[in-house]
Amino acid sequence: MKEQLKTIQKDALEEISNAEDMKELQAIKVAFLGKKGSLTQVLRGMGKLSKEERPVIGELANQVREGITAALEEKTTSLEKLEMEQQLQNEAIDITLPGRPVKVGGPHLLTQIIEEIEDLFIGMGYEVREGPEVETDYFNFEALNLPKGHPARDMQDTFYITNELLMRTHTSPVQARTMQEYQGIKPVKMICPGKVYRRDTDDATHSHQFTQIEGLYVDKNVRMSDLKGTLNTFAKKTFGEDREIRLRPSYFPFTEPSVEMDISCKVCRGEGCSVCKETGWIEILGGGMVHPNVLSMAGYDPDVYTGFAFGMGPDRIAMLKYGVEDIRHFYTNDIRFLKQFHQA
Amino acid sequence: MLVSLNWLKNYVDISGISTEELAEKITKSGIEVDGIEYIAQETKGVVTGYVESCEKHPNADKLSLCQVDVGDEKLQIICGAPNVAKGQKVAVARPGAVLPGNFRIKKVKLRGVESNGMICSLQELGTDDKYIPKGMEDGIYVFPDDVKVGENVEPLLNLDDAVLEFDLTPNRADALSMIGVAYEVAAILDKPIQLPEAEVNTLDEDANDHVKVEVEAPDLTPYYAAFLIKDLEIKPSPLWMSNYLMAAGIRPINNVVDITNYVLLEYGQPLHAFDYDRLHSDKIVVRRARDGEKIVTLDEQERVLTEENLVITNGKESVALAGVMGGFETEVHDGTTAVLLEAALFSPAAVRRTVKQTGLRSESSTRFEKGIDPARVKEAGLRACQLFQKYANGKVYAGAAEFDELDKSEKTVKMNTSQINRRLGTEISAEDIVQILNKLRFHFDRDGDYFTVYAPTRRQDITIFEDMLEEVARIYGYDHLPFTLPDGTPQAGTLTEFQLLKRKVKSYLQGAGLMETITYSLTDEKKIKRLISPEVNEENITPVQLAKPMSEDHKYLRLSLLPELLSIVSYNQARNQNDVAYYELGSIFVSEEETLTHQPEERLRLSGVLSGEWLAHPWQQESKEVDFYVVKGLMEGLFDHLGIQIEFKQVKLDDMHPGRSAALKVHNRTIGFIGQLHPLLQKDMDLKDTYLFDVNLDTVLKIVDRDPEYGQIPKYPSIIRDVAFILDQDVLAGNVKETIEEVGSPLVTQVQVFDVYEGNNIESGKKSIAYSLLYQHPEKTLKDEEVEASFSEIIETVKNKYHAHVRS
Ligand SMILES: [Zn+2]
Repeated sequence: MKEQLKTIQKDALEEISNAEDMKELQAIKVAFLGKKGSLTQVLRGMGKLSKEERPVIGELANQVREGITAALEEKTTSLEKLEMEQQLQNEAIDITLPGRPVKVGGPHLLTQIIEEIEDLFIGMGYEVREGPEVETDYFNFEALNLPKGHPARDMQDTFYITNELLMRTHTSPVQARTMQEYQGIKPVKMICPGKVYRRDTDDATHSHQFTQIEGLYVDKNVRMSDLKGTLNTFAKKTFGEDREIRLRPSYFPFTEPSVEMDISCKVCRGEGCSVCKETGWIEILGGGMVHPNVLSMAGYDPDVYTGFAFGMGPDRIAMLKYGVEDIRHFYTNDIRFLKQFHQA
Repeated sequence: MLVSLNWLKNYVDISGISTEELAEKITKSGIEVDGIEYIAQETKGVVTGYVESCEKHPNADKLSLCQVDVGDEKLQIICGAPNVAKGQKVAVARPGAVLPGNFRIKKVKLRGVESNGMICSLQELGTDDKYIPKGMEDGIYVFPDDVKVGENVEPLLNLDDAVLEFDLTPNRADALSMIGVAYEVAAILDKPIQLPEAEVNTLDEDANDHVKVEVEAPDLTPYYAAFLIKDLEIKPSPLWMSNYLMAAGIRPINNVVDITNYVLLEYGQPLHAFDYDRLHSDKIVVRRARDGEKIVTLDEQERVLTEENLVITNGKESVALAGVMGGFETEVHDGTTAVLLEAALFSPAAVRRTVKQTGLRSESSTRFEKGIDPARVKEAGLRACQLFQKYANGKVYAGAAEFDELDKSEKTVKMNTSQINRRLGTEISAEDIVQILNKLRFHFDRDGDYFTVYAPTRRQDITIFEDMLEEVARIYGYDHLPFTLPDGTPQAGTLTEFQLLKRKVKSYLQGAGLMETITYSLTDEKKIKRLISPEVNEENITPVQLAKPMSEDHKYLRLSLLPELLSIVSYNQARNQNDVAYYELGSIFVSEEETLTHQPEERLRLSGVLSGEWLAHPWQQESKEVDFYVVKGLMEGLFDHLGIQIEFKQVKLDDMHPGRSAALKVHNRTIGFIGQLHPLLQKDMDLKDTYLFDVNLDTVLKIVDRDPEYGQIPKYPSIIRDVAFILDQDVLAGNVKETIEEVGSPLVTQVQVFDVYEGNNIESGKKSIAYSLLYQHPEKTLKDEEVEASFSEIIETVKNKYHAHVRS
């Protein structure tokens, strides 16, 4: 019987290993382990064995059964895996076909520039203030050291609504309003972005509506070097660490001393090219130390408080940064224009 | 201001520095040099020549055959200019010469005759048409007789000059004169300065014996001087003077006129020369014009005046608009032999008023408006007299008839070293400051670290400490200021709640596929009335209008962002960009005042327009056109995102599709609307089906509660029940849903429409709507009986209330 069992085991394992599909394997299982299977048949003859032989053969028979069962299971797993692989192979798709599009919108380029600058100054402890686009003559001009009849009012051609009300020509009135709100006692650290308006005929470089961001820092002992350091930080973060800045004296009625800031030309690295009109520098913003008249009109004692202010045009910055050739693109909103700045 | 460097060299040494370098230094010190113009950089090989003979070309009527002596040789040259003549001194481009534009002169044959060069016009040598001296506009340039033959014309015609174009800020009126520029450049380069000396040999006769000056408006005319010059000979100016004027952008006319212009540019002092004989008077009266008084100005225009204008009169009628333009009657002409020269100071405000009123703007008015140096008025007059004597053979009367209430005092500014350093963040020593003041040629008293500076009258812009601070800083060099950051009170920088919410709204919409736009706030008459949100329209609004719009397109302050947004859609669709989904955040300007006395209320609105395909994925047969429910879904998502309950109520609005519009309501208050644009308007604007939304974001963001309430995730299983009702066409799905929610409360926690059907198997006039109900109890597992009871009650109620039956 021992021999018989061993033969069965050997035959079974061989057949299992040769089996090619689940059906065949099922047949093998029945043929060996089924009610009429060969192992079952053999075990039925156990009764004829001696008491001594019975446990020995019994154990052997169990071993054979377990061996076959294990082999069957193993084969089942591997056949299933094979079948799965086959099935997955059939499920293969053309991965080069286009995916289902996800509709993606995006911010306007000017908003991106503005928010980038906002975030930079928020990081330096500034608050973001907003104000009305229709302003009073007082806040737009007088509070900024531009009394009626001041020649520098000609620098900004204004859309008046009445003698006293106008479309703001810059966002500086927000500074005047904030200072007044802080009543000459609280330091002011703020930037104010927004839309502004000038009597200009729209063309490639002029727009009757455009955007501005201005900044104001008023506290005790604010120095002109602080303005320089702050603008330098801004320029490097916005335009790149490799850019240099240069301040030049200038004139604004609301600041004294006044500055204009240039950054080194990205195209020629200061050598001079057509982009920078051969100077190596590109004008970016204006600013200066807050004029004592502006401080005192807002209730700050100019002997105690000093400050700096600066202002820039996101439109111009966007034009420089991306080489946009016509300011009107920002307001025409051609989808083919807007889409290009998704990832910016 | 155009600054000729050859001219500037007369006052300050600028050798040893390149033009570009000089321009950069000036720019960095505060006067922006906008450009450098080289008069004729490219001219080579042009010399003076003498036309020995000039005959008609044998084969061409309009050409002349000239023999020209150029010193070392004689050249036969054919010339086409009408003004060429024997005996002239001319500019000759010899064969091999190069003219601007890289034009190379060669020997040629013209109509069978050899021509060895070219006789040049100033245009051919690179001079702009508008500066060509009178009489030479249409032909060759003719030198004065005293030039030598064979000389290089470059220096003679100032072709080797470079001109700096200054972009002056309004405070730097001092640089509107060559002398002012000389002071500036001398300070920058730390060089000495050489000023002209206005010495005149006068007659013994005194001007005061012939002319009296009366000023009836001393508030507007603090100084007036009249000089008298007789026996003048009108002729062309000397070459150098014409050259300088041309370089400065002024066309030479004749010696007398040129001299007044020359001194205007040199001293920054406007002068006016009257023809003395045509003045017919022995007195000059300066007064305000009478209302309706008339004057014909130099440009031969008759001008009607008002009391706003200041005029110069001969005691009877006005002969000049003070500081702006002379009169035609008394203009200097070819036969003039005597002039009365005016050197005066008129108030900037008076001149500005006349300029504004007449639209006349001149080199003179610009200078008066910005303020001239009171100390230089009379000196400039003397300088002109000196030049009249020298270049017009004039005889100058002694003295001048004067009116003088001029304030020539210097303003004092006190400052000290530590104050300067504290403000600038520098460590400048008192000695450095002394040097800076010396470079600027400012007088000062010093007591250790303390300075009293006397601001020179030429620098009218310097009145307070901060002005001096800028002077010190700019001469010290802004480049030398250190980089520091403020060490003041620290402050946390944050966005306000409102600003954060605005960003949240933007990022939601962008994530949902909308592109942000920025449009104009100023709009036209047609658009101002369109698509105003119903709750705004209920108010008694008067649109706000600009006083003087530049165009009809931008006249009103908008009351809705939608009309401009629609224009953009139309713009894009006209360019085959059909699929657009745009939004904008911007203000509308609301006022109920007929005449505005207060600022209008600025309300922030969120508006959007969608048109074309919303989703396109063709190869899997998916596509979706924008429709009402796309826009509604966007709004539902937005308000869900903001945690605000929103309701949609059917509404009929102008310019909107009457069956596809809804008002947006929060707490029963209208805050905007959505829907389809009226098909007629769509057709009008050439738009595809276009849907839009418009929300008062101010109101919405103010009620946002940014602290969500946490509720535990349900522990017990939920049960879903579905039911489809057959309903009359006009029953609204939302109303049925409300009923289900009411009756099912609190067990039914969610009701969803999952199918809407009409057609086969449904009676006409009816529709089937299927709802899915979610039963959920927070504290227990619901029993079937409980759910069944509720479900039956719901079905019965809906049946009764809507004459519905359940679709089997
Ligand atoms: Zn460059």
